[in-house]
Amino acid sequence: MDIEATTPAPAAIVARPARRVYRHRLPVRVMHWVNVVCMTVLLMSGLNIFNAHPALYWGHESSFATPWISFGARNTPNGPVGYTRIGGTEFDTTGVLGLSPTGADRRPTARAFPSWATIPGPQWLAMARHWHLFFAWLFVVNGIAYVLYTLFSRHLTKDLVPTRDELKNIGRSIVDHLKFKHPTGDAATRYNVLQSLTYLIVIFVLLPLIVICGLALSPTLNTVFTGWVDFLGGRQSARTLHFLAAFGLLLFVVVHVAEVFIAGVWNEMRSMITGWFTIPEQRAQKEVQP
Amino acid sequence: MKKTFTLMRARDRDRRHLLRGAVAAAGSALLAGCDRLSRNDAFVETLQSAEHLNRSIAKVVAPRSAMAQEFSERDVAQTFRGNGTLSPSDDDYVALRNGGFADYRLQVGGLVAKPVELTLAQLRALPSRTQITRHDCVEGWSCIGKWKGVQLGRILEMVEPKPEAKFVVFRCFDSMEGPSLDGRDSRYYESIDLDDAHHAQTILAYELNDKPLPVTNGAPLRCRVERQLGYKQAKYVRSIELVTSFADIRGGKGGYWEDEGYEWYGGI
Repeated sequence: MDIEATTPAPAAIVARPARRVYRHRLPVRVMHWVNVVCMTVLLMSGLNIFNAHPALYWGHESSFATPWISFGARNTPNGPVGYTRIGGTEFDTTGVLGLSPTGADRRPTARAFPSWATIPGPQWLAMARHWHLFFAWLFVVNGIAYVLYTLFSRHLTKDLVPTRDELKNIGRSIVDHLKFKHPTGDAATRYNVLQSLTYLIVIFVLLPLIVICGLALSPTLNTVFTGWVDFLGGRQSARTLHFLAAFGLLLFVVVHVAEVFIAGVWNEMRSMITGWFTIPEQRAQKEVQP
Repeated sequence: MKKTFTLMRARDRDRRHLLRGAVAAAGSALLAGCDRLSRNDAFVETLQSAEHLNRSIAKVVAPRSAMAQEFSERDVAQTFRGNGTLSPSDDDYVALRNGGFADYRLQVGGLVAKPVELTLAQLRALPSRTQITRHDCVEGWSCIGKWKGVQLGRILEMVEPKPEAKFVVFRCFDSMEGPSLDGRDSRYYESIDLDDAHHAQTILAYELNDKPLPVTNGAPLRCRVERQLGYKQAKYVRSIELVTSFADIRGGKGGYWEDEGYEWYGGI
């Protein structure tokens, strides 16, 4: 909604008291939290699976001598160190990546990702695969249900796809974000343009990509249309893209949660649990001259 | 004024500490919970139910005869990575190996009309299939190799499986937990169903990259089941047995790694 159109005095925006709106409908709330559980389990069990061979490659097969990224531990005169190697450059990541304290006695153990980041905590490939492949189903079913819901409830066209005006004012939105300035009043009832675009990229690019790359890792599913994995650059490229997409999603979650804290953690959490969101009071202000 | 600020800052700090503590506590509770669930039989069984779903879906979307991708000569890896057992130390294997596998006999039996014993020379005399395929390890790596061997389907035609035969079990030479001095059998074994056994690319390979199969890769004979993961591809094959069920073999899960908790269906 255009603020000027509803404002009686064009020279200034009048103050409006805080009010509550029903922002998230039940299906969206349920699917959101199912997704939180699935993505947490998938990321953490995925890291445990990754630890079984902590190196990534491009192409069909593994060029064992030249992964583009690898993690490991080695002994030095000063004791064992954990490293992360990207291309030809090595970084000392002792304590977190490559070598980290594990188990009740917190003994330094060679493992790519630390036990606090993996499900299960100990290195246990078979069990991590059980977690991963079960929650992958839940995640995909939930995701398909969500996409169908957004289409049939018109959540997609009404709320997620930005309007032309919103796209035109994207510069303003970027500046507002950088200043940590959050919309108040009616503007707070809508996703802002950066938010919409981010959600669209996550829902229609990153999530399908991570699922397709996951399916590409299955030798049986490789045979559905023999050679289809070539479109991803081969199975090892698919493994790399699966990993990168996971970290793209992690980055999204970090920013998403940070924004929740910046925008008001109780109000945002309440709106995703009960559906009700309090619109921040709109302060009276002089209109900014264009 | 200054005092208030300090107080506020202290309160903020307390709140931050409290929040950080709460997040850490919730995190470690979550992790401990997940680890406890990993040891709960009912929960693990629920997780494993996905395996049946995966297998059923795979059977629907990938037809029985669907072929694994084959590659060209230039895709072949210089050295094919060896994994698992790299050189069996079992006495019977070492003796065969020292004799250049001249005394090797592949025994094929179980629920069949005509059990056979085949020497390497007899296996090599049978029509062969050569395929350049990608080996996908459950750990995540892949390696492309050129395999030559005899189709398992051809051997099955020879022995005539009985109607009640449902699975093919491979028994191998290599003890996974050292040679079994205490009588405990830890020799590698695997099993596949008849769909995979009759698949065109399922071969008993005696050559890798135009040379006799190296010991690290399973000499003298290994199985290739190209639509499944590496652990399904039994190395150092000693005998083949047709069975109705593998429930009474060792751990009852159909393979060494399956008994250790890996999926019997290794297609994902």
